[in-house]
Amino acid sequence: MAGVAVSTTINGDTIEYLCQPDETLLDVLRDRLGLTGAKEGCGTGDCGACSVIIDDRLVCSCLVLGAEAEGRRIETVEGMAHGDKLHPLQQKFLEHAALQCGICTPGFLIAAKDLLAKNPDPTEEEIRFGLAGNLCRCTGYDKIVRAVQDAATVMKGA
Amino acid sequence: MNFDPRFSGRKFASVGTRPIRPDGVDKVTGRARYGADFNMAGQLVGRVLRSPHAHAKIRKIDTSKAEALAGVKAVITAADLPDLTDGDAAMYDILDNCMARTKALYDGHAVAAVAAIDARTARQALKLIEVDYEVLPHVTDVDEAMQHHAPLINDTVFTEGLEEKPVKPSNVTKRSQFGHGDVHQGFGHSDFIVERSFKTEQTHQGYIEPHACVANVSTDGTADLWVCTQGHFVYRQHCAQLLGMEASKLRVTSSEIGGGFGGKTHVWAEPVALALSRKAGRPVKLVMTRDEVFRASGPTSATSIDVKIGARKDGTITAAEATLRYSAGPYAGSWAEIGAMTAFACYRLDNVKTVGFEVLVNRPKTAAYRAPSAPMAAFAVESTVDELAKELGMDPVEFRIRNAAQEGTRSSYGPVYGPIGIGPTLEAVKVHPHMKAPLKKNQGRGMACGFWFNFGGQTCVDLNIGMDGSVSLAVGTVDVGGSRASLSLVAAEELGIDYSQLKAIVADTSSLGYNDMTDGSRGTFSSSMATISAARNAIKILRERAAQMWDISVDDVVWEQGHAVAKGEKHGNLGKLSLKEIAAKSGTTGGPIAGHSELVADGAGVSFATHICDVEVDPETGSTRVIRYTVVQDAGKAVHPTYVEGQYQGGAAQGIGWALNEEYIYGKDGRLQNAGFLDYRIPVCSDLPMIDTQILEIPNPNHPYGVRGVGETSIVPPLAAIANAVSNAAGVRMTHIPMSPPRILAAIEAEREG
Ligand code: FES
Ligand code: FES
Repeated sequence: MAGVAVSTTINGDTIEYLCQPDETLLDVLRDRLGLTGAKEGCGTGDCGACSVIIDDRLVCSCLVLGAEAEGRRIETVEGMAHGDKLHPLQQKFLEHAALQCGICTPGFLIAAKDLLAKNPDPTEEEIRFGLAGNLCRCTGYDKIVRAVQDAATVMKGA
Repeated sequence: MNFDPRFSGRKFASVGTRPIRPDGVDKVTGRARYGADFNMAGQLVGRVLRSPHAHAKIRKIDTSKAEALAGVKAVITAADLPDLTDGDAAMYDILDNCMARTKALYDGHAVAAVAAIDARTARQALKLIEVDYEVLPHVTDVDEAMQHHAPLINDTVFTEGLEEKPVKPSNVTKRSQFGHGDVHQGFGHSDFIVERSFKTEQTHQGYIEPHACVANVSTDGTADLWVCTQGHFVYRQHCAQLLGMEASKLRVTSSEIGGGFGGKTHVWAEPVALALSRKAGRPVKLVMTRDEVFRASGPTSATSIDVKIGARKDGTITAAEATLRYSAGPYAGSWAEIGAMTAFACYRLDNVKTVGFEVLVNRPKTAAYRAPSAPMAAFAVESTVDELAKELGMDPVEFRIRNAAQEGTRSSYGPVYGPIGIGPTLEAVKVHPHMKAPLKKNQGRGMACGFWFNFGGQTCVDLNIGMDGSVSLAVGTVDVGGSRASLSLVAAEELGIDYSQLKAIVADTSSLGYNDMTDGSRGTFSSSMATISAARNAIKILRERAAQMWDISVDDVVWEQGHAVAKGEKHGNLGKLSLKEIAAKSGTTGGPIAGHSELVADGAGVSFATHICDVEVDPETGSTRVIRYTVVQDAGKAVHPTYVEGQYQGGAAQGIGWALNEEYIYGKDGRLQNAGFLDYRIPVCSDLPMIDTQILEIPNPNHPYGVRGVGETSIVPPLAAIANAVSNAAGVRMTHIPMSPPRILAAIEAEREG
């Protein structure tokens, strides 16, 4: 099968790659570009571990083809911190111990970033429904919700 | 070494604080490397062909077409994993589970595997492998498998533990029995007796990270394995034995682990990946799909349990009895045995008897899931206890307090308890504001207790002090949820230094002595014990070096708050030497300073919890919402309280999923119908309320800091607590888990029709 040439923007950098027409964006990120922050928990759009933001829209990268990234703007967990300064969500996840094993964390951080971009002052219920596409098996979500609430407060003040 | 593990009642400076974990930044920036995040140059992609049949004889496997496909570098079947288990039946089962030898025993059982240059080629190759199956009758239900006419899964199995050796093979591998006293007599003294039967369905641990490994076998007979596991030392032993290697030639590195909960304690894909790599002469990466995770790894037992409890009018239990049947998958296990041990462990009983039956079925090999076997037994017992309290007209908390085990009680499974937390958790629940909060229409409250043994085991730690005075701690228990933070706190406490001066890592199998799995809630308990011991050994050397620097006797040097202090009037002007100052001089005072420890951590204190739960049941749809949840559990000593709370909350959430939604659904054809997160639905954020926690600290007398394991007990009470709450809300006793909407509706309707 002939490869598809793709030019896209990932975390602000222009990136070019060749991929197979049936290859998912998740596979491209992980296997071709070495961006293993997005995880594959299911490959079927059910767990959110592979979450990325494409043109300000939250998507499961396991459900997007690598070829579809042409001309788009992609944000992954690797682009959340500014230099050595963590994003407030990253900082609050650490402070609240909103991760145990941490495999779901990149997906939650991206989903929460997207949520707060659209709704900077969410209620607990809005956070719970906003993050309902992401599975976490370790935490029971309590500390994740609190971390997002706390980050929202910090980000409003900023 | 003369290590004294007894509880010393010291005042803590570091232990009990809540610093950020050392592996945290990597995990929020995407830099942490999990099982599938590792790659090697020249690596191939491995994939496994799995049986579509629940039970079938494998007549022949033809791999020639797959081998001929361009890009395929190795194809293996059971023939490439010869039997080297040397009569070790448990290892043989592991081998057979990794790759079916003569029969496929469940839908998803591995029958062949390929390694190819990319995933697409590997997938194509699987389609070219021809397996000639003779499909056999199958059985997936635990009660049906016990019937005489049930299809036999293994005709070499004769039930163990019967008075007379059976003459016919059976799907029941073992009968086990626990208890004391005379239940017959005990029931004779009862004013009230409640007898009920229960069922629970099979669930999966549901870790978000599928099994993944990279295997690299070199032509010189050495090998490396990178893998997500709860126990890389155990994986090394198992893989080495199955592949005929010396253990020391196989270096296993545990990656960050994306959840395990007991499910990453068994090898599945790893020996296969090693065999593929050996055959192909190249590294092989093997990652399970989610479908494979459900079909071929992990699940719990499905169970069927009968309980009978009798009490006098005054609320004293006079006798308790249970029969517990647990499915084990197609291989023997000890699941019913553990259920039978834990069933009545919360209570002080004069007459108690439990009987367990291990039952083979055509489902994946049962694996441990957080306090394995205990939640189902607790569901059955705690539901019956609630019913009995109702018959007696007693408050369920009071009834339990009256019968709770205490220090000195002989447990239902044998040993006599030391100081324990069941009474205190119940007393805490009794006065908890949650118990008094008003309930609305269609809402109900339930509570239940749970027990888990906890485990210690073989443990090894290295503590190395750098010349700059910073400390590296190398442990061998895999960090499944923050143990590097808690062990750093323990080392900081013992050395008297700041947490920030330490860095803890999980060492690979070639860098440290053997460690048992991180299971049985042993991670922090046992490795903290070894860390304390290692730190004390290092302190001994630090004192010697300080004595040398001062030119005084080591007997005059004590260690206080991170400093060597000269004691005695004659040394009045010597002042103190910090760890950093002593370390800086180590090159000239005898070389590197380190403390090591190898021990068997005995005396893991048993753990108890009591949970409270409020639910709202919609009588029209049968759907249930958990609206409030409280966990009260004894931690012995919470080393890092935030992560202890996390364990409590996580276990409760898993229990909620188990109680209300999660179940393996098999079709008549014996195939799993819901092998994905869409149809096997674990709780999501919007399903749950905040989960309140209360940590009690009843020191474990067998640990210097009083620590008990905390990881598992939290999943034991939820099934029962939620069942009691749903039963109270719906006005009908729920006896089948999960309490999915159709089951609740059916129960409500049956009650209406009377
Ligand atoms: S991997 Fe994409 S949603 Fe699970
Ligand atoms: S922290 Fe393990 S899945 Fe969320």
